[in-house]
Amino acid sequence: MPPTTRLITYEFEKPILELEKKLEELTRLAHEQKVNVRDQISEIEKTIEETKQRIYTDLSAWQRVQLARHPVRPFTLDYIRAIASDFTELHGDRLYSDDKSLIGGFATIEGQRVMVIGNQKGRDTKENIMRNFGSAHPEGYRKALRLMRMADRFGLPIITLIDTPGAYPGIGAEERHIAEAIAVNLREMMLLRVPILSIVIGEGGSGGALGIGIANRVLILENAYYSVISPEGCAAILWKDRAATPKAAAALKLSAKHLIELKLVDEILPEPLGGAHRDAAKAAATLKAALLRHLRELLAMSVEQLLEDRYAKFRAMGQFEIAEGIVQSQAE
Amino acid sequence: MTGVKKIKSQKSAAKRVEIPEGLWTKCKGCDEVIYNRELDQNLRICPKCGAHFPIGAWQRIASLVEQGSFQEMDSEMIAVDLLKFTGVDSYPEKLKQSREETGLKDAVITGVGDIGAHHIGLAVMDFRFMGASMGSVVGEKITRLIERCTAERLACIIINASGGARMQEGLMSLMQMAKTSAALARHARARLPYISALTHPTYAGVMASYASLGDLIIAEPGAMIGFAGPRVIKDTTQSELPRGFQTAEFLLERGLIDVVVPRKQLKATLVRVLDYLMPPANPAPQPAAAV
Repeated sequence: MPPTTRLITYEFEKPILELEKKLEELTRLAHEQKVNVRDQISEIEKTIEETKQRIYTDLSAWQRVQLARHPVRPFTLDYIRAIASDFTELHGDRLYSDDKSLIGGFATIEGQRVMVIGNQKGRDTKENIMRNFGSAHPEGYRKALRLMRMADRFGLPIITLIDTPGAYPGIGAEERHIAEAIAVNLREMMLLRVPILSIVIGEGGSGGALGIGIANRVLILENAYYSVISPEGCAAILWKDRAATPKAAAALKLSAKHLIELKLVDEILPEPLGGAHRDAAKAAATLKAALLRHLRELLAMSVEQLLEDRYAKFRAMGQFEIAEGIVQSQAE
Repeated sequence: MTGVKKIKSQKSAAKRVEIPEGLWTKCKGCDEVIYNRELDQNLRICPKCGAHFPIGAWQRIASLVEQGSFQEMDSEMIAVDLLKFTGVDSYPEKLKQSREETGLKDAVITGVGDIGAHHIGLAVMDFRFMGASMGSVVGEKITRLIERCTAERLACIIINASGGARMQEGLMSLMQMAKTSAALARHARARLPYISALTHPTYAGVMASYASLGDLIIAEPGAMIGFAGPRVIKDTTQSELPRGFQTAEFLLERGLIDVVVPRKQLKATLVRVLDYLMPPANPAPQPAAAV
């Protein structure tokens, strides 16, 4: 665990933090004054475990959003470094620039060569400015499509790691048509003749996430979220009150457990207790195992099956009714 | 191009009197007070300055297709409250209110009809229905229309307007972007044309999916078009927005839009471009057969 982890905690984690402080204090005392407090220590350790279980297994939607945004949560490059023996990053959209908030390149995972694409956030202020806090411009989506088309031509499966608060709402982004860049990705990813696997590792922020999210399988980490709008945005529009953000998060049903019920994601990847950042190596191992398992299944499919599977997956999404008394047949 | 941005310099005090709702509309372009019936008879275009006001789906359809040729599809499809969404108002309440106000079941009308000599698929979105937001019904109706156009080898035309995806359906509404774009991928692969017309306003989830994917993208004068709304951009970037930002004319200059067409010329423009994209079924010129 990096030492910074303890410094950044949320309100709902306070009880754990207080117990951990107490434990530290006691340990120090025991060490300094050579008193035997082994019983008390194990008592507190037990309470910590229990409190963690109680808090982390029953998180609210908003608490999960906070964990998904945790500043030391593993990001795309952390996962790539942990699971790939080689990563050769490729840059630029060949049109305008290189977007450092949406990265991609060749990677080798357990001998399997793939094209990996992912949103990238920064660890500190300086890096976050370079990474634009994980919000891509049109160039990012166009670079992603360039690399995915190359993967299609050379038969490399595509892995996308989704972790963005959303595509960037800026003047330049609009002037260079960010909506069009995303739309084209949605259309073109549907026709790529290689397996595509997407994993939501943190924030699945709306169209900015979907822009690299047209896949045969969509997996999501336990504390990640995937939403049509940010809880803050929803609160501002529907409640006209930013303070309603936790309510909006709950109403949007954006957590993994809801999304799997709605059949919008295929599998939830469990995280270490307290979030992926509490044991990044374990989180990466889980992700790697699931990735290889799904990839094996997809690689066994023919091109026609892959295309049909991907179309059918998204075609089936939607719930509606036909008003009573009217018989309707579905158009082919 | 019409002078939508023309602002009348002299505002007489007499014009600032209270305007009773429903009967009159104050023009956003020239501040002129227009009799609503006059506005309706003029396809909701200001008779003084040519500013384009949002227009209902049925009135739009009537302005485009040959009389009696339009066959509506999926007219009885309605939304369900799949998330049991609890906002300030419940989703069913919002739907009920919009249905009563517009007489529509949801935010889009789809069907097939004739434009000039062309038999086409047509979808028209109606901004009055929950800001023409896209939920499952809009996504499904649009997808079925495109799939039918592909199967019957028809050109597909969508007249867009939207505030974006419908929040009350959560991620399901975002996935309608994927579903509609997927259908357009197959339509394009079958080498069939799709024309997208952008009207005021077209934003967010709809703009980041089918509205941006036309072989041709036509826009109405003065229409506001984009991904993020201007206020969000201003708040995020803390900077002044350029003059005319996100208008149809601004986007024409920056290469997104093929042509800006005033509402009254839309039908003639569609017929003319369809003549190129879907030539009438003449036998193609054959190479001289070897004897």
